[in-house]
Amino acid sequence: MKKVLMGNHAAAVGAALARAQVVAAYPITPQTQSIELLAEMKEKGAFPGAYIAVESEHSAMAALLGAASAGARTFTATSSHGLAYMHELLHWVAGARLPVVMAEVNRALAAPWSLWTDQTDSLSQRDTGWLQFYCSTNQEILDTTIMAYKIAEAVRLPAMVVYDGFTLSHSYEPVEVPAQDAVDAFLPAYRPEQVLDTARPLAFGALVPPKEYLRLRRSMAADMARAETLIEEVGREFGEAFGRCYGVFDAYRCEDATTLLVTSGAVGSTARAAVDALRERGLAAGNLRIRAFRPFPAQALRRFLGRGVKLAVVDRNYSPGASGIFAQEIRAALYPATARPPVFGYVAGLGGGDITVELLQEIWSKVDEGKAEKTQPTWAEDAR
Amino acid sequence: MKPSIAEEELMSPGHLACQGCSATISMRYALKGLGRETAVVLPACCWTVLAGPAPRSALGVPVLHTAFASAAAAACGVKAGLLARGDSRTQVMAWAGDGGTFDIGLQALSGAADRDEDILYVCYDNEAYMNTGIQRSGGTPQGAWTMTTPGQGGSRRPKKDLDAIVLAHHIPYFATATPAYAEDMVRKFQKARSIKGFRFIHVLSPCPPGWKSEPADSIKLSRLAVQTGLFRLYEVEGGRSRLNVPVAKRKPVGEYLRLQGRFRAMTPQEEARLQRRVDEAWSA
Repeated sequence: MKKVLMGNHAAAVGAALARAQVVAAYPITPQTQSIELLAEMKEKGAFPGAYIAVESEHSAMAALLGAASAGARTFTATSSHGLAYMHELLHWVAGARLPVVMAEVNRALAAPWSLWTDQTDSLSQRDTGWLQFYCSTNQEILDTTIMAYKIAEAVRLPAMVVYDGFTLSHSYEPVEVPAQDAVDAFLPAYRPEQVLDTARPLAFGALVPPKEYLRLRRSMAADMARAETLIEEVGREFGEAFGRCYGVFDAYRCEDATTLLVTSGAVGSTARAAVDALRERGLAAGNLRIRAFRPFPAQALRRFLGRGVKLAVVDRNYSPGASGIFAQEIRAALYPATARPPVFGYVAGLGGGDITVELLQEIWSKVDEGKAEKTQPTWAEDAR
Repeated sequence: MKPSIAEEELMSPGHLACQGCSATISMRYALKGLGRETAVVLPACCWTVLAGPAPRSALGVPVLHTAFASAAAAACGVKAGLLARGDSRTQVMAWAGDGGTFDIGLQALSGAADRDEDILYVCYDNEAYMNTGIQRSGGTPQGAWTMTTPGQGGSRRPKKDLDAIVLAHHIPYFATATPAYAEDMVRKFQKARSIKGFRFIHVLSPCPPGWKSEPADSIKLSRLAVQTGLFRLYEVEGGRSRLNVPVAKRKPVGEYLRLQGRFRAMTPQEEARLQRRVDEAWSA
């Protein structure tokens, strides 16, 4: 059924369709409508799961640690400072190998206060062991939420479904909402092997010696690697069931392109328009939109980018003292490649600034014409 | 003859506690009161270590280790998760030290109490951060030496009134306990089990390395804390408070203080002031 949904509602509807059994959440702008909708559905009897209105994000994730350890399918949503406050438990849940799924609405971190989109919040959690998916439309938010459970539960790692604050969270788009029975067929009930159970009293998370710790982290690495192919498999399976296919990245008009705009999140949609405009001018432009950030699709990128094409990476995030974070990751991923494409980093739209079709065309042209700075990120401000 | 305390042992002797640790005796009694259908949530505290390293466990019930500040929240989640799985019988007990309760875990505790979550929260209060090597917590009494209050006079501030803070949340059941009064303690855990909603038990737990006392004196100290009137054994149910162990004639606080090296630097004036405070509290 087609519905007009805001991004936050798409995430909540996705969690409800996935039959999340325990939700624990704390409000923060711009995430609020996602948890409000679940609370409202709960009141009306349309959402049978438990809803714990915790007193902080730290407690939200701790509650989901408990619920998932007891064997429940779990969901929460947060943003920015809320995510930062959860940080300790993000590590804990990943280390405990619990497939918690969370909607993460990108918002810039203070100081100074900002309410608007910026990916530094979620990207700064890259070492916690969570899968991270970046969405570019409200349809993709809903679909990714459902797929996230399937992938997370298969590799026993938590997953973040990330989307832009306001640009997607508060924008309404037509969204195809799948039927419950079709989702049930795609996503069977969560049946973990080990749970808190008085019939089989196990201790979870107890102290381990260094050798065991290393082995556990190594098994996490193996499952992260497995996730890279699983994301593609589940994305194809989703396509067969619902007609919309997803992969680790999304290539648009890349076939004969000389330079690719590399983007993530909502900027991906803008980049398509920029590519169309450049193509109309007879220029060989393409857009590569990265969907999976963890695991980072290094293998797939090396396979895909074997032809010496130039990359203009647009980062709506910044790691002080380094560069845009996607640019860093892409450089690291391509370093072992034989035909190593040059990577040019652009930092734009921090704190919610617009990244327009015009700005993206300018960035593309600078890189394609060989006028881009190679060693330093270029700070691109839209003068319009 | 039927023993007054259940014979079944749900805690094995293979734990890693120090000699004379009251936190282990308290856990043993707690599980005797609660029974086998219990899940325990442990934040960072002495019990993190003394429950035993993986893959071993000193407890015959399931255990979830969690982050320092999160005992109450994780326990709420466990309860919700068990209910989602169709298990409404298992009792969920958060078991935290004074640091994890009076200080870093207070927010999550307040949230869970405020929501009247169906969990039992136990604070085993050994009156300082003992697991990290004896640093002052909000539970440290005035005048006690710790590694972070090493000067003359020890800890300057009085012990935080946690009971009042917890009781301000209008919870269905609150009790205090200490292992010298084993039957009282076990009964309180049995009672807590029979009540739905947020329940809290404050356990005073003598700690030989932290209190600088003899391991053999832990039960004696536990008893003296009650008999001197420093620690009151009472319970509050449905807003009504009841004293469980009345002390007809209180012993002088000095009897309790002198068995502990942590109060060695207390002056006679400070001791007299503490005695006055106890007397005033009991005459109120």
